[in-house]
Amino acid sequence: MHEYSITESILTLALEKAREADAAKITQINLVVGELSGVVAECVEFYFNFISKDTMAAGADLSFVTKPTSVRCHKCDKIFTPKDGDWSCPECHEIGIDIVTGRECYMESIEVE
Amino acid sequence: MAIKVIKVGEDILGANEETARTNKQKLDKDRVFTINIMSSPGAGKTSVILSTINKLKDRIKMAVIEGDVASSVDAEKVEAMGIPVIQINTAGGCHLDANMVESALNGLPLEETDLLFIENVGNLICPNAFSLGEDRRIMISSMPEGDDKPQKYPAMFADTDVILLNKTDLQPYLDFNFDVFKKTVTNLNSDVTIFLISCKTGEGMEAWFSWLEGEVGKKKDQAA
Repeated sequence: MHEYSITESILTLALEKAREADAAKITQINLVVGELSGVVAECVEFYFNFISKDTMAAGADLSFVTKPTSVRCHKCDKIFTPKDGDWSCPECHEIGIDIVTGRECYMESIEVE
Repeated sequence: MAIKVIKVGEDILGANEETARTNKQKLDKDRVFTINIMSSPGAGKTSVILSTINKLKDRIKMAVIEGDVASSVDAEKVEAMGIPVIQINTAGGCHLDANMVESALNGLPLEETDLLFIENVGNLICPNAFSLGEDRRIMISSMPEGDDKPQKYPAMFADTDVILLNKTDLQPYLDFNFDVFKKTVTNLNSDVTIFLISCKTGEGMEAWFSWLEGEVGKKKDQAA
């Protein structure tokens, strides 16, 4: 269900942008999703095929670029990717981080005819 | 026909964020301190809300928005205490979004409310991705779930302001290691406030009540 509402938002946004550009057909939608965003690409594609049927986005390819999780250590500013659920800094072993990447969920661009 | 690339660069949940901002403005206007309560199913969201209402009802005017996949079981319990409540059924949806809350707000007496509880759908995966217009996010984690939950669901724990660690009365029967839990949580989220509570015995609840009352007071004192 989560992916269903996300897919609806994707379709709405893509159609809005395509109409603004007077396009006749959307051929590809380029998306960027972070590992922490919880978005499952396969589910989005599944729903997209259903809900885009009678729109100019029917048959469009969805391209997903996955952004890995990266975090910044509060103490030494090192940017690292947590491994095996260990979020402490590999450099100074401090705890306390800010998430830098991994939460993304945005539409980079659409390709239209 | 030539293919043209149109740059978009917009957040897919941008529309939700926008509605959340409108909700927040509406709640700020009436100075309603609003908390978005999230947890896995059965961690104790409704029990915490009911205990808090019971304790504060003579001093603070409260209202509740209940989010559930189905049923109005929780709303009925709140209503029985004489508190305004709106039940949202998400019909299978796994989180509340700002739109659902916007409609619910229209049915509540906000001018006569100091504290609004929004009880999210029980789920540790995605409710954090959907702002509702709240002032603070409260997560309830319960000891029987295990001390590894922050490790398994980092985004939820990274995004919360307060954690109520519930069911501490069961500790003697569990392998829950508080130091491990706390270390993982503060690692993800160094500003988080943790309260150890037992809704069942009332232990630790006073600290939570007084934090909450303090926050409600601060919001009341803000210029509208």
